Amino acid sequence: MAAMTQQFGEHEYEPVIGLEIHVQLATKTKMFCGCALSFGEAPNTHTCPICLGHPGTLPVVNAEAVHFALMVAEALGCEVAPRSIFHRKNYFYPDLPKGYQISQYDIPIARNGRLGDVRIHRAHLEEDAAKLVHAGSSGRIHGAEASVVDFNRGGTPLIEIVTEPDIRSPQQAADWARLLRATLKATGVSDVNMEEGSLRVDGNISIRPVGQAEFGTKTELKNMNSFRFLERGLDAEIARQLEIVKGGGQVEQETLHFDPTTGALSSLRSKEEAHDYRYFPEPDLVPVAPTEEMLQRAKDALPELPTARAERFERDHSLPPDQARLLAFRGELGDYFEEALRTGGDGGDGAVEPTTLANWVTSELVARLGDAEPQDSKVEPAALAQLVGMVAGRQISRDAGKEVLDELAQSGGDPVAIVEERGLAMQGADELSGIVDRALEANPKAIEQFKAGKGKAIGAIVGFVMRETKGRADGGEVNRLIREKIGS
Amino acid sequence: MIDRDQVLHVAKLARLRLSDEEVERMSGELSTILDHIETIGELDLTDVPPTSHVIEVENVLRPDEPRPSLPREKALEQAPATADDGFLVPSPAAHA
Amino acid sequence: MSELLDLTGAQAAEKIGTGEVDPAELFDFYRERAAAEELNAFLWLPEDGDRPEFKTDAPLAGVPLAIKDLFCTEGVPSTSGSRILEGYRPPYTATAVRNLQDAGAAMLGKTNMDEFAMGSSNENSGYGPVLNPWNHDYVPGGSSGGSAAAVAAGLAPWAIGTDTGGSIRQPAALCGIVGLKPTYGSVSRYGMIAFASSLDQCGPLTRDVTDAALLYRHMLGHDPCDSTSLQHPEEISLPTAERLDGKRFGVPPELTGDGVEPGVKQVFDQTLELIEELGGELVDITLPHSTYGISAYYVIAPAEASANLARYDGVRFGPRTEAGGLTAQYEQTRHDGFGAEVKRRIMLGTYALSSGYYDAYYGNAQRVRTKIAEDFTNAFEQVDLIVTPTSPTVAFKLGEKTDDPLAMYLNDALTVPMPLAGIPAISIPGGLSDDLPVGIQLAGPAFSENRIFEAAYALERAIGWDPPEAPWRR
Repeated sequence: MAAMTQQFGEHEYEPVIGLEIHVQLATKTKMFCGCALSFGEAPNTHTCPICLGHPGTLPVVNAEAVHFALMVAEALGCEVAPRSIFHRKNYFYPDLPKGYQISQYDIPIARNGRLGDVRIHRAHLEEDAAKLVHAGSSGRIHGAEASVVDFNRGGTPLIEIVTEPDIRSPQQAADWARLLRATLKATGVSDVNMEEGSLRVDGNISIRPVGQAEFGTKTELKNMNSFRFLERGLDAEIARQLEIVKGGGQVEQETLHFDPTTGALSSLRSKEEAHDYRYFPEPDLVPVAPTEEMLQRAKDALPELPTARAERFERDHSLPPDQARLLAFRGELGDYFEEALRTGGDGGDGAVEPTTLANWVTSELVARLGDAEPQDSKVEPAALAQLVGMVAGRQISRDAGKEVLDELAQSGGDPVAIVEERGLAMQGADELSGIVDRALEANPKAIEQFKAGKGKAIGAIVGFVMRETKGRADGGEVNRLIREKIGS
Repeated sequence: MIDRDQVLHVAKLARLRLSDEEVERMSGELSTILDHIETIGELDLTDVPPTSHVIEVENVLRPDEPRPSLPREKALEQAPATADDGFLVPSPAAHA
Repeated sequence: MSELLDLTGAQAAEKIGTGEVDPAELFDFYRERAAAEELNAFLWLPEDGDRPEFKTDAPLAGVPLAIKDLFCTEGVPSTSGSRILEGYRPPYTATAVRNLQDAGAAMLGKTNMDEFAMGSSNENSGYGPVLNPWNHDYVPGGSSGGSAAAVAAGLAPWAIGTDTGGSIRQPAALCGIVGLKPTYGSVSRYGMIAFASSLDQCGPLTRDVTDAALLYRHMLGHDPCDSTSLQHPEEISLPTAERLDGKRFGVPPELTGDGVEPGVKQVFDQTLELIEELGGELVDITLPHSTYGISAYYVIAPAEASANLARYDGVRFGPRTEAGGLTAQYEQTRHDGFGAEVKRRIMLGTYALSSGYYDAYYGNAQRVRTKIAEDFTNAFEQVDLIVTPTSPTVAFKLGEKTDDPLAMYLNDALTVPMPLAGIPAISIPGGLSDDLPVGIQLAGPAFSENRIFEAAYALERAIGWDPPEAPWRR
């Protein structure tokens, strides 16, 4: 991953980026009460006295949320705290019914991990806030702007993951975020859907001269809801900071919002409103001290994770590292590949080469997916494997193969049948050789010109062969045969 | 000793409006109380762990089983102001 | 009629069981007395004729029970003595109350209290002070002043309250009745409008020790809705001890010397003699850090309270004051709804937790707490129980200490160490001083309630508390 630096005067500046990720857990109930989680249900239909913050109510920790947190800790290679506690984070906002959020502060459940080339500083459990929606004309308070609070989401379990500031470019940030998403998706602890809000990514960015150990002042970029916007937002903020420093100014600590449509950055909070959260240990809850049994159960619940899968693809299928990662880090693509590999194993003319199949999956299939997921493609993995086998086995040309794939992507089906319907089968070697011979006989002048050094003359001969074969011959192979027979 | 500015700052954190008279009085009362509290400073408390939990219990966890939520009318029943099936509040000045 | 008045809770339950007493008649009797009282002890009573179900087969047999307004009772106003919860009717009932109702208790009414349990005189109520039944110019103590006054004046056979720094024991002492603060965690806090989460506990206020034991037996128990609740390892028995042979009673100078007024000290010394007469052994012990109890308590409790009271913002329940923007609405609503003492403690607590002050105040207070708990652990290796006066003074006059918050806080000096350590303690009437009751406190290690009840019962018998001028006789 190439870092990104920019030259200013004698200094080269590098960006220093850390990410803060909030993951909504896919448990059945909320973090501290038994209300079922809500997915766009009618407002305030998934609440109870506890998540509404009524007087006298008390929280009780969701066991499954703890289990999921231990799974995440394991997946991210973290140390699990032998004894972690909850803290109250105090501030006033309408989406926070108790006037404090129950979170974790200086003793989080997990610390000191790593995923790929980014270290994980910590991961902890907390509860989500409710939703605040602009009231519109149905509710104004004395003519002033009003908002409406829906507490359905309030209390949903969250895991907050904070990285070390190890990231050195917006692209690296987006790529790593995709890896994190793929990893968490594989664990099943969350839907990790950025548009729906079950995965939220904030970035902390500063710049400093290359070689300097101290960090510059960092700003926070909040709530970017796609990886592309994350990358663009970070790009914009780095540019803004560079401008300031170039002008001799100081970057101020602030929280910003990036508007992807205009590309503009706007300040969300001014400096004076920096919160004093007055953290103190939550007296209504007792510590979580994961037992050996809890830890083992979390380990056992983990499937093969993307980084391990990529390594396996490299090792067992001899895939080049970049391609292995491409397939492993996008879980569904990896699944598709493995399924195709499995079914293609006994498809006629010998097994398909994994590298060849991988190439077709990562280029040709992906190009025809658009926004759809691989498992939703009309191209069945077995069909692709068979198709790739037919091309590799020279039964059809590569171009014909692409044509078949187009058809499969449109309407599904069986590649063998499509090849037959469209008469795409390539000639056998003997038959092709015969046609080339006839072409050579028919184009003596072209042969002469070619031998005289005019390379393009071969085109006429190739054209003859292609007409004879109705375009089904493999262009490269025709070229080779002609040259071989001409003797050059 | 807690002065007027500190009182105003703390009142802001606690979202409490105080009249001038209250601020004045509060400053004196809190100072007196804090003076008494500060006698803790006489003790040597190095290496003493703070008590965050009086009882020695860990891992009190609830099974992830849903139970019925309140019907919306009940949830909204006590609210001073409602609209659009929700709790009506003045809009905050800035985004969260 | 006066026969009904003479019955303790346990006696009434027994007589209902045998059919001698009609629970409806008993309920109406007390309801009428409560409705006619001038002590301002009750904030809510049912309408005349509006009676609950009477479970005559259950242990508490439909005997009426007064309930501090801090307990959430479904559909029935629960204000915690505050205007900011005026009109609030909870959608659920506190577990401790449900436990008692399941055991047959019939809710008589909700009693007045210091706002959000913050106070030692019941002068901080948003609904007016409660008067001491012994002398209407005096305070009943707080924060469970309404419950204590109700029992002392014969407006209810028994009551429940809450104790955070002494709020059951101190009013019990000032009103001449029995009050127990149980082991922290032994009674569920679910449904108790929170003041200080690591200190609050529900407990009985009764005429005698037997009633206290009976109520405690039926209110306690592990509750899955309260993560800090525990199952009591013992069955609670009704006490029978007549002597104290072999029992060692620790007497700590820190809680029995300076600061205790002479009249109270005299009753206390008489009680110590009585203990020896009953065969008990007095042992000098020391609780060196208990003198810092007030300092630690008045950091920890307000700190937790400042967070617990942040939910009172006029958004989901309770009255609100519109004032333009959101922040202004929060500030004005809370200004209008909270009384002076609550504001003071919110400020104190917020300050103690704020940036730059946390370690010096909250951090150190929690360290002092560790030392106080250690002192008790050490002491209980030498003695079975610790005995002190409950309150440094008898009841004081209304208005006497309202201008001096610190003086008011010092009323709790003898009662705050126990909640800081999470251990149980009971107050029983020991005698009179200047015609006002004096309470004697017995404290024991965690889960030693049976031991405490037995000793208190024996002492109670020997003291023979039955003053002719007692308010329940009037």
